[in-house]
Amino acid sequence: MSAILPPADRLWWKQSIDKTEWMWIFLAFTWAMIMFFMMIYWHINGKQNLSNEVYKTTPEAFAAKAEKFIAANTVRTETEQNIPVVKVPEGGDGYLVASLWKWSPILELEKGKTYKIHLSSMDYQHGFSLQPVNINIQVLPGYEHVVKMTPTQSGTYAIVCNEYCGIGHHTMLGRIYVK
Amino acid sequence: MADKEEVPLMQRILDNHFLLLALGVVVPTVLYTLWGIIDIVSIPLAK
Amino acid sequence: MATTYRTCPRTGLQFDTEAEKLMRWNAVAGVLALLVGGIMALGVILTRWPAIKLLPPDWFYLVLTAHGVDMLLVWIIFFEMAVLYFASSTLLRCRLATPKIAWLGFWLMAIGAVIGNYAVLAGESSVMFTSYVPMQASPWFYLGLILFAVGALIGCFVFLGTLVVAKKERTYEGSIPLVTFGALTACIIAVFTILTGAGILVPTLFWSMGLIKEIDPQLYRMVWWGLGHSSQQINVSAHVSIWYLIAAVVFGAKPLSEKVSRFAFFLYILFLQLASAHHLLSDPGMSAEWKVLNTSYFMYFAVLASMIHGFTVPGAIEAAQRKKGYTNGLFEWLRKAPWGNPIFSGMFLSLVNFGFLGGISGVVLGTEQLNMLMHNTFYVPGHFHATVVSGTTLAFMAVTYLLVPTLFKREMISPGLCKIQPYLFGLSMAVLTLVMMGAGTLGVSRRHWDMAFSGAPFQYEWPGAAHLMMSLTGIFGVLAIIGGALWIWLVVGSLLWGKKLDEGKLSDKPVPHAPLDSVAASASHTGSAEHVAVPGTVVLAMLLLVSFVLYYFVNWKYLSEVWALS
Repeated sequence: MSAILPPADRLWWKQSIDKTEWMWIFLAFTWAMIMFFMMIYWHINGKQNLSNEVYKTTPEAFAAKAEKFIAANTVRTETEQNIPVVKVPEGGDGYLVASLWKWSPILELEKGKTYKIHLSSMDYQHGFSLQPVNINIQVLPGYEHVVKMTPTQSGTYAIVCNEYCGIGHHTMLGRIYVK
Repeated sequence: MADKEEVPLMQRILDNHFLLLALGVVVPTVLYTLWGIIDIVSIPLAK
Repeated sequence: MATTYRTCPRTGLQFDTEAEKLMRWNAVAGVLALLVGGIMALGVILTRWPAIKLLPPDWFYLVLTAHGVDMLLVWIIFFEMAVLYFASSTLLRCRLATPKIAWLGFWLMAIGAVIGNYAVLAGESSVMFTSYVPMQASPWFYLGLILFAVGALIGCFVFLGTLVVAKKERTYEGSIPLVTFGALTACIIAVFTILTGAGILVPTLFWSMGLIKEIDPQLYRMVWWGLGHSSQQINVSAHVSIWYLIAAVVFGAKPLSEKVSRFAFFLYILFLQLASAHHLLSDPGMSAEWKVLNTSYFMYFAVLASMIHGFTVPGAIEAAQRKKGYTNGLFEWLRKAPWGNPIFSGMFLSLVNFGFLGGISGVVLGTEQLNMLMHNTFYVPGHFHATVVSGTTLAFMAVTYLLVPTLFKREMISPGLCKIQPYLFGLSMAVLTLVMMGAGTLGVSRRHWDMAFSGAPFQYEWPGAAHLMMSLTGIFGVLAIIGGALWIWLVVGSLLWGKKLDEGKLSDKPVPHAPLDSVAASASHTGSAEHVAVPGTVVLAMLLLVSFVLYYFVNWKYLSEVWALS
């Protein structure tokens, strides 16, 4: 029962390690290094890396920018709530505002084009969960996160809020069209 | 007798419980917390 | 010192009477928390089961908050206090340092737990365990957590104090036992966890009282997770220690190598806490460099450590079994293991579930870019039910089958039910975590009341498989709860009605460990450096590694197929 007794060999650090154990340690270490460098490799050669472009902002300042963007680029409105559908200029900036409990506006994108989408929250923390693509990004109030996105397929996409934000959390559903 | 031999350095470190406590608090505080705070405060203001 | 010492006639373990009482009270408080948390679990699971959807949203979020707090914090930390007192005073055969202060810690924890639960059940604090600002709970919520944490910190220092006492009073020679070293690891991580927690919860308490105007959400997340994730790393260290303990008690197994196992714990001490970054990989405010270094526990050194434990624990069992003559083929040692003994079956299921389900999923989830595929989805609770529940909780359940006769001096009731309980709980938990992770892979959100989005301006239809996974989550969740309830029933029943067992002899003075050179010591140890081949463990370990590698790269393939992001 020596795991519950003091080591019998006073100088246990000098005991030799069995070959099999060394082999396992070597394999595990190699695997650890592969996983570590895989993340770095993907930063250099991968196409899916979360943007590090972020700014401190305020809900008011962000809302003002988003309103200006919506006013300039709205193509139509949808649903009973008249949610604006906004065509993001190719290669340009789009704004997506998270608030209790909606994503606004509806964005219209084109397949294969790259957009800079600015994300921020007006109130609580929210979660940008693009479905069925399944990309998930945390959205915080006071932070403007600029994420470059390139849609790969056309279709209608949902933005589920996947950070708990109160009683209406489950009604917080947004939309992105990709043509 | 074995106890006349010098205890290896690494074993002395592992037997020094309060040194381990200090390392276990300082390493994550520096790498995680302090570096994290530096990251957050160095975010620029939005234009 | 007014305390006495009791030698358990069944195990030969020696208990300081004061420490023993503390262990019993802490364990019982933990079981109570598990009971409350388990009732809440039923509410959660029956609401997320799409065909049942039991509770309205406000109740669902309330119950989910209580479930998180009671399970992740109260149950586990109370039990860990018992483990710390056991690993110090019992295993070092010495008196517990400052028992009065230990009681103060216990009562602070108890009061904190009651206040915290009250705040949640009163309905003003449905903010989830994480309580992300600027969503605000009542001040009582934060106060309860703070009192609980301070109590736990006191327990940690009593543990450290006991190590000092044992050394000074020479109750052992050389180094502390490996299990105690693992408990020390848990204690050190706990100290970091609690200090960090105080660093964020105290300002948040002031903010909820209106004394501070604002708390930065990104800063809150970063510091809070130093508490939230590291507290689960206490569990990892504690349950790995319990694996070693059970291997030693059930099989008389000795670690393959003291040096390797202790060094692995040392890697935990240095790096395990960094994994708090797992929760911030899809956050806007942390730099990629910070994410990569922290999420990988500094180049995956803590994963390396876990893989070492995952090898040496079954390896020690295999070596012990082979010495007893179970040498046929690769797996006779495992086939002939005491599968009807819940101490062993619970421990082994905990080991397998933690390694194959919890460990692999945790590393994939904690890979910087892959995290975007799973952040805040149902995959996350799937992962941590594999680690904290079918890893830690199951290990604690297993060791309780040992503690009831030793510590509470009662025989377990219904041996037949005791035999099946670890299987019922462990296996349904294993399936549960798999289907939860499956649903998360399909995008289903965690902490979400309605897969149908009723009342939303649009509709989104989840894939049919996601609905199937959620229904299976319901079924296996209920089975797991039955397994947990059975355990509570067996433990409480045994404490109340189990046959009373012989207490053993009391004495005024502790009997220290036999000196290392004595006959008694050498009889209880095998030769120092003899190696036994463990081919069965090698096969199991290779199976783990191959599954790990395949699953890891499958996820990179998924990632490469989604929208380009930069």
